[in-house]
Parts: sequence; structure tokens; C-alpha cells
Amino acid sequence: MKRITELDAEIYDNYEQGQEKRIQELDQVTIRFAGDSGDGMQITGSQFSATTGIAGNAFNTFPDFPAEIRAPAGSVAGVSGFQIHFSREEIHTSGDFADVLIAMNPAALKANFKDVPRGGVIIVNEDAFTPEDLEKAGYTSNPLEDESLEVYHVVPVPITRLTVEQLKDVDMPEKDKRRSKNMFALGIAFWMFDMPMLPTEQWIEKKFAKNEILKKANLLALRAGYSFGHMTELLPIHFRIRTAHLRPGLYRNITGNQAISLGLVAASQLANLPLFLGSYPITPASDILHELSRHKNFRIRTFQAEDEIAAMASAIGAAYAGSLAVTSTSGPGLSLKTEAMNLAVMAELPVLIINVQRAGPSTGMPTKVEQADLLQALVGRSGESPLPVIAVRSPADGFRKAIHAMQIAVKYMTPVILLSDGYLANGTEEWKLPDLSDLGEFKVAFRTEKEGFAPYLRDEHLARPWVKPGTPGLEHRIGGLEKQNITGAVSYDGENHQSMVQLRAQKIMNVQKEIPDVVVLGSGRSNILLVGWGSAFGVITDARLELAEEGIDVDQVHVDYIHPLPANLGDILRRYKHVIVIEKNMGQFAFWLQGIYSVNVEKFNQMNGKPFKTSEVMSIVKGLGSNI
Amino acid sequence: MKIETLHYSKSDFASGQEVRWCPGCGDYSILSAVQKTLPELELEKEKFVFVSGIGCSSRFPYYMNTYGFHTIHGRAPAVAMGLKISNPDLSVWVVTGDGDALSIGGNHIYHLLRRNPDINVLLFNNAIYGLTKGQYSPTSAHGSVTKSSPYGSLEEPVNAASFAIGSGATFVARTADILVKHMAQVMAEGYHHEGTAFMEVLQNCQIFNNGAFDSFLDKEVREDKTIMLEHGKPMIFGKNKDKALRFNSQIFSLEVVETAKVAPEEILVHNAELDNPALHAMLSAMKGPDFPVAFGVIRRVKKPVYEKLLHQQEEDVIQSKGKGNLEELLQGRETWRIDDAVVDPELLQ
Repeated sequence: MKRITELDAEIYDNYEQGQEKRIQELDQVTIRFAGDSGDGMQITGSQFSATTGIAGNAFNTFPDFPAEIRAPAGSVAGVSGFQIHFSREEIHTSGDFADVLIAMNPAALKANFKDVPRGGVIIVNEDAFTPEDLEKAGYTSNPLEDESLEVYHVVPVPITRLTVEQLKDVDMPEKDKRRSKNMFALGIAFWMFDMPMLPTEQWIEKKFAKNEILKKANLLALRAGYSFGHMTELLPIHFRIRTAHLRPGLYRNITGNQAISLGLVAASQLANLPLFLGSYPITPASDILHELSRHKNFRIRTFQAEDEIAAMASAIGAAYAGSLAVTSTSGPGLSLKTEAMNLAVMAELPVLIINVQRAGPSTGMPTKVEQADLLQALVGRSGESPLPVIAVRSPADGFRKAIHAMQIAVKYMTPVILLSDGYLANGTEEWKLPDLSDLGEFKVAFRTEKEGFAPYLRDEHLARPWVKPGTPGLEHRIGGLEKQNITGAVSYDGENHQSMVQLRAQKIMNVQKEIPDVVVLGSGRSNILLVGWGSAFGVITDARLELAEEGIDVDQVHVDYIHPLPANLGDILRRYKHVIVIEKNMGQFAFWLQGIYSVNVEKFNQMNGKPFKTSEVMSIVKGLGSNI
Repeated sequence: MKIETLHYSKSDFASGQEVRWCPGCGDYSILSAVQKTLPELELEKEKFVFVSGIGCSSRFPYYMNTYGFHTIHGRAPAVAMGLKISNPDLSVWVVTGDGDALSIGGNHIYHLLRRNPDINVLLFNNAIYGLTKGQYSPTSAHGSVTKSSPYGSLEEPVNAASFAIGSGATFVARTADILVKHMAQVMAEGYHHEGTAFMEVLQNCQIFNNGAFDSFLDKEVREDKTIMLEHGKPMIFGKNKDKALRFNSQIFSLEVVETAKVAPEEILVHNAELDNPALHAMLSAMKGPDFPVAFGVIRRVKKPVYEKLLHQQEEDVIQSKGKGNLEELLQGRETWRIDDAVVDPELLQ
């Protein structure tokens, strides 16, 4: 695939004033906007990604923001970034490297230039390279003047000065004028990739509909940036990414947290039941609470509980009442919920627990990516406490997975854990909107029949009946004490306990009927199998495709359903000489597979808080060398 | 509007399960009072739900022939919250103890009270951990000698009713297992209160803390050592109605006076409906030897009820935005269409 960094350096030379600028077609580009956390980089990045979608490209994004709300201005700790990978091919990752970096200050340059490969383009706001700003970023000499950036194509632009100049007739203080500089930078980027400004112009008009001055300032800055790109000699060439060959249909941009939230709304509509979300704010899961709390007109009831335990407990109460019940959290919150989750296991009530993983243990790195809650989700509770565990593989995938997880919870009367992570939560991709009629049925049957009722009766799946309090004649008691099967009477009988432990385990194993077999991606003829779960899907897929382009044949399976596992997985694993499990932890899924199938697996693990790079996954395979 | 009168008797509310509290436990009389009170409330039996935590008190739901949920330690208020939000028509009763509500579940009970859902809380306070066989609880007296405090507990006890008032409770009452009729009255009043009704029931644990409340509840001293508060009635107590409460504004304090020695207008008249909780807090905190212990409904004020606000907000949003349309919601702020026409058919293969 043709990239900026593969172009000859001469393309930037040989330009004469007044000459029409050349346009170069590329296959894919990764661009990163970076600035101080107050510089509006997240808005800039999300506007750019929306426009790439509208322009018909496939894209995948990754925002990277500091945990601190306002770290000291100009410091490296306060740098906020937003990376967009867009392409004419379907892509699954936000890109290993930034072909183009737009750095709004020295700290942003310092924090990000290492991710720009040789030959990449770095656009900097040269106005921010004052001795004072350089010092804040920890530079001892000005990188624009020394040789540290010589392998890049550096384009210094006086972004602040040009923005202020452009806004000279706008009635606002100068310091406010400077705030529009992110729109100037966005304008440059739009010109650079020959993309339309119209969607952003419309967005500005809507966002600032009630503030003429801000509207004018942002529009002027955006257009000025675009014109600057057109006029300046610094950028003699610009680029175009051809429209991706995506399936026809209506698309939107979506984050993982949004997709899960919308999936829950859809589940509620399909089941014709109100949805209850009990949640306590926690990074990076809070956006699910935010999103759902906006949709009261769908009878979505959000309850911001006093703590994680109450969030889970209130969801149990809601499930008991007959609502679709959900709680959302991240790792430390999952730890707090475990005792209440076991109550739902014992009382056999349907509750969906969404865990948006982050780097742990303890407070860890709340804004960073990790997949290290897998074993906690699978077995991290007292007693024998089986429950289905399902993982989301891409941002948009959260929509279908949330619906399916909720359906399994209700059908099997069990809590279900849905695992996402910080990369999926905030990362975006284009999402082809589903046809509502394709979403399938969500059948719910509440028991109302008195005749023959007992609280722990079993249906063909081993699920017990769901009875809403308020149903006449079915008054009964449930709780955390062990129950006699069928009658639900409290029982301390050891034999009964053993059979109930086995019954609860079997009930969850029965969920295997609901889950699809895994599919081997690739030729199916390799003796190397790359195995992943959760957000590793994108990177393993891109690595497999790129390896194939280089003539290296590897196969891939991606496991979305982790407990129970798909019925055909064991046989597939046993077919390969090399089974490499790729995950962002110390090997938890590998451990699970080894334990269940007694297969030998190789592990590739990483705990650096960042998404895997495609090149890293490729190098594992290449590292096998002649051993293949 | 009632369609028909419901005729339940006490026995309709007994589950038939063998009651397994210790012989002589105060919990028996509380159970009896609840079973006697419920038929008088004229609500369909299936609408009562008893939600409990862990501890002796929390076995309660098993003995009631209603819907019941024996949850986990301290969390009953949170379970009840989700239940009540999901179905406001239910009459939800949280049954808890001093350890369950004020130690492990302290956070939840506080938030329940400040949110004010229409939930009734029965807190069985025996000032001891019974089920774990006799450790001091957050309401045990300072110096209590228990299994976990053989040299005396070092902690100051919390006053349950004062805690509730401090948490913003809209209904706070105190009664006791041996005050059989009083208990039933308080429960009925709590049921009719719109909002969270916090009812502390002093309960004797015969095994591990026998006689904990004898210093004021023993029949011999009860009339002199307690005061039965009634809304609108003067605060007079004592065997011979010879003592009364007066407010001394100089020291911002209550004081006990002899009824005969003060002008009648100086004697405080109980007003449970005062919005300002200061006097209620003082009444709830009274203890011997200088003061009588207050019983009855200490506070009963009208405040917005959580689940009503929630459902009203839902209706308001539906009114203003219209009923949710899933297709529109999924589309979000911005969509784009990829047509067959713009796609290179070769690439699709």
C-alpha cells in the first residue's frame, strides 16, 4: 500500500511560485493531531475522521489524552493527541505510525515525533516555539533549528499568528482569537488531503448557532488554514486517498462506548422492556453512562449509584423487577462488584456487566489499554461461579455484542460479562448502520402461571423462570443462600449443593448453543495460527493481511466468546504447529486455552498501555524464521 | 381508588417456613407486628416485597409469604433502589440490622435516605453482631465487652435515628420489640409516608446482648426514662406525667423540667413536620441519665420522591423530544452514504 513515507523526498522540491500544485494519490495515511490538552485536539481529530468517512474512506481512530484534566500548560504530561488512520482498503487499526504529525507546541512535538517514521511530514506551529515553551517541554535547544528532525519533512507554520491576523476584524480578545488555531490546523489538513470543508463548516454553524462571534472566528480560521495550504510554498504537493471499497449503505462514525450503549437501547426496544443502567463513574467506561442517560425517551433508566457495589446491586434489583438490567465499569469497579455478581449467579437473575478494561492493577493507568481483566472476569469470584464472558472485537462490534450478551443473560437467567477496553471505548471506526429488521427477535417470557410453579423450575436450557414481583399467586423468596433445586427452599444439604454447583456450570455450558463457531481467517493452509480476543482483532487482521502481501501465509482465529468457548475451537487449535496467542496481558487467554484444551500455545504479550502495532505482530511471525 | 376491599389475615402473611431465630429473640415480635400490620394496609399481597441484607434480622423475608429477596451484606438498600425504580407500584420494605445498615452498608443507607424513594426501612437494632456470635456493632455502647472486645470496645456508638436525620431522611421513627402496639402503629405510619420511612426497632438479643435496653425499656423505669412523641402533643413524660421537655435557647439545648413548675406554653409541642431538622436531631439524640429516650415518629416531612421524579423526568423528555426512534438514534449526528455507483465493481469482488 502506498504511503507518504514511501515517496521520494524530491517531491517536496522543484516547486516554482504560481505553479499548480501537484496531487499525489496514496493508499493510506495516518495523521496525528497533537497539542496541549486545552488546544482542542480531540475536536479537531474527530472532525477530521468524520470527514474522511464522508469522503468515502475507511478509517479507524485512536484518541490519546492525559489522565489529568489540566496538566500544566505546555508540559509533555499535558499533551493530548488524536490519531486517524484512513485508507482506500478496509482497515482495522488506528495505525502504527503517524505519517503526518501536526504539533501545536514543543511538548506535542517531543511527545510524538518518535512515532513519525523517516520521511514523514511534521507540521508545527512555530509560534509556540519560544524559549519559554521550549523550556516547558524540556528542550535545551530548538528542534526546529538543530538537526534532530532532519529525517522528516518539517513544515513550520506560524499558526497562531496567522489565525489572529485572519480574525483581526472579529470582535473578541486576542487570547480568544488564538483558541481558533486548531481550526486553522484542521484547514491545513483538509487541504493537504484534498478533503471537503463543508461537513466541518456545517458542524461549526450548528455548534455555534447561538454565538455569532465564535461561529465566525472558527469558520474564518478553518478557511484560512485551507487557503494557506493552497498558497504556501512550504507544501508543494498534496494528497488524495481514493474512495474505499466499502459495502454500499449508510455509514456513521462510532466509538466502542457508543456502540455498546446503542446496542443496549436496541436490545431494550427489541425486547420491549425498559432498560436499567446502574453505574458509577469510572474511566474509560463513563461514556456509556453519559450516552444512555441522554435517552430517557426510550425508557432507559440510568441510576448513578453511590458506588460500584450499589451499581451492581441496583441492577440486580432492576432485573428482579423485570427490567433489562446493566451495569458498566472498568477493572477496579469489577473487583468491587464481584460479591454482588455472585448474588446474581446464585439468585439466577439476568444482569449484563460491561467491563471496559484499563491498565491495572489498582488505579493503574486509567486512560491506557490493557486486557488483563480476563481471568478476573472468568474466575475472579468466591465459590464456583460460572458465567458467560463475551468480548468486543472492534468499536462498532459493541452494538451486536451488547444485544447478544443481553439476550443470553435473559434466556439463561444469568449474569453475563461483556469485555471491552480503553482502545475500543474511545477509538472509532466507520459503522454501516444495520437494517433494523435484521436485528432478530428478543423473546422474553415472564412466568405468570400459578399451576405447577416453583422458583427454581428448569426449562430446556436449565434456566429458571423469571417472575416479576407483583405477579399474583407466585410469591416466593430468593437469595444468596444455597437453594434446593426446583423448590428454591434454603438448603444446607451437601449432596444438593454439589448437584446445584454442577447444574449452574452446565447451564452456562449450554450457552455454547447460542454462539457461532469460530472461523479461520486466511488460507487455512498455514501451520501458524494467530489467536486473539477483544481489541487485538484489528491488529492481528491487519498483520495477517500485510504478511500475505509479503508472501507469508498465516491463519487467524478470533475468539469473541470466551466462556463458554466455541464448540469447534479445540479442533482448530490442534491442527497447527504454531498457535500464537496475542494479548495485552501476561498470557491469561493462553492460560485459559491451555487449561481447557491441553494444547501447547506460544504467547505474545505486551503491557505498555498502548494498542499493539501491526509491525509488532508481523515481527512475531517473522521471528519464527526457518522454524515455520 | 380501591376496587374491592382486600381481606387478609395475619396468617396469610406467614410463609410457613420454620422460623429459626433463638427462642426469646425480639425478632419474633417484630415479625408478628409486621404480619399483623400488613393486612390493615389493604394492598394486594403480591405487591409487598421484603428485601434484606445479611444478619439475624435479614432472615426475615423467608418468614413472610410475600415476594422476598435475601441479598448480601449491607446492600439491600441498593437492590431495593433498582427494584423500586423499575416498579414503583410495589411496596418495598428493607429489613436490616445495626451491622448491616450502619457498618458494612452505611454508605448505601445514607444514600437511600437522601434520595428519598418510597421505601420502608426496618432497622433491627440489637447493638451486637448476633449471627456471627457476638462481636460489638456500630451501635454497641462504648466499653462493651464482647467476643471481639474482651477488654471493652473503644468506639463511640452511632445513634441510628440521628444518623438518619443527618442524612436527610424524611421519616424517622423509633420503636422497640416489646412495644407491640406502638411498633404496629409506627409501621403503618411509615407505610403511608411518601418517601423513605426509616424505622429503628430496638430489639433485644437474648443470647449476646441481653438487656441492652433495660435501663430505659424495663417496665419499672420505662415511663420515666422514655418519652413517646406524638405529633401535636406536648412533650410530657414520667409515671405521673410530671416531667416535660423545654427548649433553652440560651444554651441551644433541650432540658427536662417539672411539669408543675413551668407555664404550659413553655413545654415543647412535638411537631414532626418541621422542615428544619435541628430539633428532631436533638430529640433523636436524647439519652439517659439526663434525658428520656425518644420513641415514636420523630420526623415526617414531605420531600420529592426519587422514583416519581425519575418517571416524571422520563415523561417530560418523551413530551419534549417525542418517543424514541431507534433508526434516528442509530444514525446519530452525521451519516454518509456509500452508493453502489461510487464503488468500483472490480474492487468489490
